[in-house]
Amino acid sequence: MLGLGADLLWADMNRLLAFLFHQGVLDEQFLQLQQLQDETSPNFVSEVVNIYFHESEKLLRNLRALLMEKEFSDYKKMGIHLNQFMGSSSSIGAKRVRNVCVAFRAATEQNNRAGCLRALEMLEHEYCYLKNKLHELFQIEQQRALAAGVRYPVQN
Amino acid sequence: MAHQNLGTKLTALVVDDNKINRKIHQKLLESVGMKNQGVENGQEAVDIHCHGQRFDLILMDMDMPIMNGIEATKELRSMGIGSMIVGVSSRCTEAEIRKFMEAGLNDYHEKPLNNSKLSSLLDKINPSFTRN
Repeated sequence: MLGLGADLLWADMNRLLAFLFHQGVLDEQFLQLQQLQDETSPNFVSEVVNIYFHESEKLLRNLRALLMEKEFSDYKKMGIHLNQFMGSSSSIGAKRVRNVCVAFRAATEQNNRAGCLRALEMLEHEYCYLKNKLHELFQIEQQRALAAGVRYPVQN
Repeated sequence: MAHQNLGTKLTALVVDDNKINRKIHQKLLESVGMKNQGVENGQEAVDIHCHGQRFDLILMDMDMPIMNGIEATKELRSMGIGSMIVGVSSRCTEAEIRKFMEAGLNDYHEKPLNNSKLSSLLDKINPSFTRN
């Protein structure tokens, strides 16, 4: 019974992953991360992704703070934050977040404040969607690990 | 020249200010059996060599605070470091890549590295190069 539970969870996990790939939210770099996970670092993917979450939220706060400044002018600084965000997003395979960063950086290069505001809102939305889906994925992974580990004692 | 021990692990240094990239590249190197260390900028890469450490492979980011990859590569070459130095970056223009190569790189790859890119690099490494 619980063996079936682990199998069903595995199917759920793969269905969610396939969905995220199909939507273009994730790309093959995320698969590279999964392939690096092994017995010596069984939580490698979630460790890397949690660092990504921490750094991304700092960058988003910085970007929003810069845009909200009364005498806003630091497009160059925004560009620096966006380059970091792009680099990190590429590294974990967060393709759609990275694409929004590219559009945002184009707006900074054009000194287009209204465009930057729209891009920031889109980036925050895209990032939140990614975060929710990855949390969902990791939860299924944890449930599956628990289900696979449970054994009923043999009864005569 | 000392007799080459075939069981000796190759060594690598990852130079990158981005924690995520360092973690991924270090894990990738570990997965192919390489001992490795990570540092956060070009100055730290130079310092670790001043203390006498040597590596078979150095993965060098370009944009880093304090000392960038181009400056660090020039400095290492002027110190006589003969390791394979590979530039890795996610947003270089052709002119920047040329400048980076001219600083003394052996090769350049777009970030993030993956297994197949790393394999092609390892094929080129002469592990005894830094041990003459």
